[in-house]
Amino acid sequence: MTAGGPGAEPGVASPPVALRTEGLCKRWGVVYVNDRIDLTLPVGARHALIGPNGAGKTTLVNLLTGLYPPTAGRVLLGDTDVTKLAMHERVKRGLVRTFQINTLFPGLTVLESVVLAICERTGAARRWARSVARLDAPIAEAAALLDRLGLGSAAHTVTRNLPYGKQRLLEIALALALQPKVLLLDEPASGIPAGDSTEVFEVIAALPGDVTVLFIEHDMELVFRFAQRVAVLVDGRLLTEGTPAEIAADPRVRDVYLGETASEKLG
Amino acid sequence: MTGRGGAIGAGLPSDRWRIWDAALWLAPVAAYFVFPDHLVLGSQVIIAALFALSLDVVLGYAGITSLGHAAFFGLGAYTAGLLAAHGWGEPLTGLACAAVVAAVVGYLTSFLVVRGSALAQLMITLGVDLLLREAANKAARWTGGTDGLSDLPVGDLLGVFHFDLAGRTGYVYSLAVAFAAFVLVRRVVSSPFGLSLRAIREGAARMPALGAPVGRRLVAAFTFGAALAGIAGALLTQTSQGVALEVFGTERSASVLIMLVLGGTGRLYGAFLGAGLFMLMQDYLARLDPVYWQLWIGCLLVAVVLLGRGGVLGIAEVLRARWTRGSVP
Amino acid sequence: MAAFITVLFDGVAYGSLLFVISVGMSVTLGLMRFINLAHGAFAMFGGYTACVLAERWGVSMFASLPVVLVGFAAVGAVLERLVYRWVSRTRPLDQVLLTIGIAFIATAVASKIWGPYPRRLAVPEALTGQLHVLGVDLGIYRLFLIGMVVVITTVLHVLIERTRFGAQLRAAVDRPEVGAGLGIPVNQVFTASFAIGSGLAAVGGVLGVETLGLDPVFTFRFMVYFLLVVVVGGEGSIVGSALAAGALGVFDVVGKYYFPSVGGFLIYGLMVVLLLVFPHGLIRRGR
Repeated sequence: MTAGGPGAEPGVASPPVALRTEGLCKRWGVVYVNDRIDLTLPVGARHALIGPNGAGKTTLVNLLTGLYPPTAGRVLLGDTDVTKLAMHERVKRGLVRTFQINTLFPGLTVLESVVLAICERTGAARRWARSVARLDAPIAEAAALLDRLGLGSAAHTVTRNLPYGKQRLLEIALALALQPKVLLLDEPASGIPAGDSTEVFEVIAALPGDVTVLFIEHDMELVFRFAQRVAVLVDGRLLTEGTPAEIAADPRVRDVYLGETASEKLG
Repeated sequence: MTGRGGAIGAGLPSDRWRIWDAALWLAPVAAYFVFPDHLVLGSQVIIAALFALSLDVVLGYAGITSLGHAAFFGLGAYTAGLLAAHGWGEPLTGLACAAVVAAVVGYLTSFLVVRGSALAQLMITLGVDLLLREAANKAARWTGGTDGLSDLPVGDLLGVFHFDLAGRTGYVYSLAVAFAAFVLVRRVVSSPFGLSLRAIREGAARMPALGAPVGRRLVAAFTFGAALAGIAGALLTQTSQGVALEVFGTERSASVLIMLVLGGTGRLYGAFLGAGLFMLMQDYLARLDPVYWQLWIGCLLVAVVLLGRGGVLGIAEVLRARWTRGSVP
Repeated sequence: MAAFITVLFDGVAYGSLLFVISVGMSVTLGLMRFINLAHGAFAMFGGYTACVLAERWGVSMFASLPVVLVGFAAVGAVLERLVYRWVSRTRPLDQVLLTIGIAFIATAVASKIWGPYPRRLAVPEALTGQLHVLGVDLGIYRLFLIGMVVVITTVLHVLIERTRFGAQLRAAVDRPEVGAGLGIPVNQVFTASFAIGSGLAAVGGVLGVETLGLDPVFTFRFMVYFLLVVVVGGEGSIVGSALAAGALGVFDVVGKYYFPSVGGFLIYGLMVVLLLVFPHGLIRRGR
């Protein structure tokens, strides 16, 4: 992941790029919430995006997925310029996100939600001639996914009756059900008790090598454990990026974000 | 509406028939023999129920706030009426034509409707309904204007059954069509498409993030609901051999909305229950004094909203949940 | 040409009337996001009250205006507190159903008390007759209506954009939780706004008895017009509502005069077209 332009070393073939932005900007009124962001995610990356509250991390994810158009700049998925594409079209091309605040279907059961996601992926969702209960393959796939995430026992619970932690897991389950090529996780562990959050990350880490993951996190332990590279976003600009160790050692980052306690923890 | 598709599939939407489904549908069949003098009213109740069912697809499942669904009812009614008036009295093809006309107009207007807020949806559906009513009024040369068309030469059903004054043919015809529509709607609603509609209603924000083309789904649902409303309208014209401006307009749109809400949205049978309650109450109270009818309906609506339980079926569900919870040790 | 100006003028006057009644609805809808289909009932009862005052105690229209304004503002405040508050502000369908129910009740009550036939209200002496301006005859009553609109628009605009109450209202609408946290009495602000809107509607009803006609089905008959004014004019925009009402009034009157065979068609067609072109209304509140 480079914070500057593409191609750090001339003469070295760069790995295939899963997701890339060029000069991505978003302005609300007079404030640039995202300011000239150049981001490159190689295929298979496990990258983290950190930054203080209000730095513009969620806005960046919103721009990447197409929730609203950028003020300037481009988003490229693989080789395709997706800047003008609607959100659902980007999802069809493998760009999937989770939400920081649970954005689920309150009246649907856990199983229904995941089966729906699978049907959307396979294109079965527009079929009207057979009832859902008869779709054996999606149901089996959904059940397996729920078991992997520890939601198997809650399969028939209506989403609004789920405890917060399980809702968070469902949020991730929906994303995984779509078999993403590029997965953007917005604070996936927030609200999940400490023991379970490592489990969630292990599921994510266990994803196939060609799936690219970018996750926003505040929990530094998780970041340093699971991220290969870390980018730091401050006031809408990419301050720096590097390996977790580099970031921890960077005094600018300490000043702005990590604070005394975390840097003490890392020595 | 849940079913068993294997152990894990239990609880997923299914359209399997249960004992009480059969029982519920036997009731109107029995009514044919038990109330032979009230078959005309019976047809009207069934037609109203079908109309309410069509609105349930649009409102209860797709979540579109429509205050002008009568637009499609009226389109279907006048299509059947005009066909009969101009020599084509065959009922079943008339029904099909009505469905097509209503579906086409529904499809065209759906694009305006699906991209708006609830208020915009309300306004546009209201506007289209009133527009069509005005158009029907002004085109008096064809539609008969405020007098409408009467004594329409509707042909014999299947070439054999004449639409008699007692309303026997009309009743059976309406019941058969309503049943067929019900089976279809039930299948659609328990399908993946139906599930996606419910999801759009529950969490429109999440659906594009799941890769779902929300607009397209809503257009399909709206068009389907329009076609069904058109069929209901055509049924009314054919069974009563006449059509008038009141098939359009806010009174009819508001009435069907009230019926559906009274019975319970998103529950299919709510449409039937609500239509039955509404029509029977209207028949009884409006004969007493039209003012009482308006007062009663107004109070009922206010009560339904303030109670916030989703109509009669909604209340029934809450009660049943309490009861089963209580009886488990 | 003179005839056209008169028709135009009549249209603006008609629009002014629609505005006075609808502006309260613009406030509740745009600023409070509450769809109140029974809004016309306030206008209707305002009109009936003025008629009763005139018939029983010979109160002139002028004198009844302040009575009606204050009286129905109070009724609005009570209604908001008792009923409207309990309807979730996030479910538009619930609001639609509740207020349709109230509209039905209002119609039934009016029918029972005053019967189905239209009522009359005498226009004050001072406002009868016409003014001869630049070769055109302008009705004085209609001039008065237009004048009232200008005054009301200005007062409301100042109230909402320049006073503390207005600032509180705007804050409370944008973010009730934040507003409450800042010490803004959100509930009271909403009640007050609802009261103002209701009072104005009632005043409009009084002024409109002769022009719009007063009978028990008033609420439903004009529901579309009020909705139109508010939605097309832009939710929450007072000036937008004034412009939309003016446009609507002109189109309606001009349409009925020059194209009588087309009739109400024009209005609904216009509404659909306007909603297509300006999906957020003519003047969007900068958000």
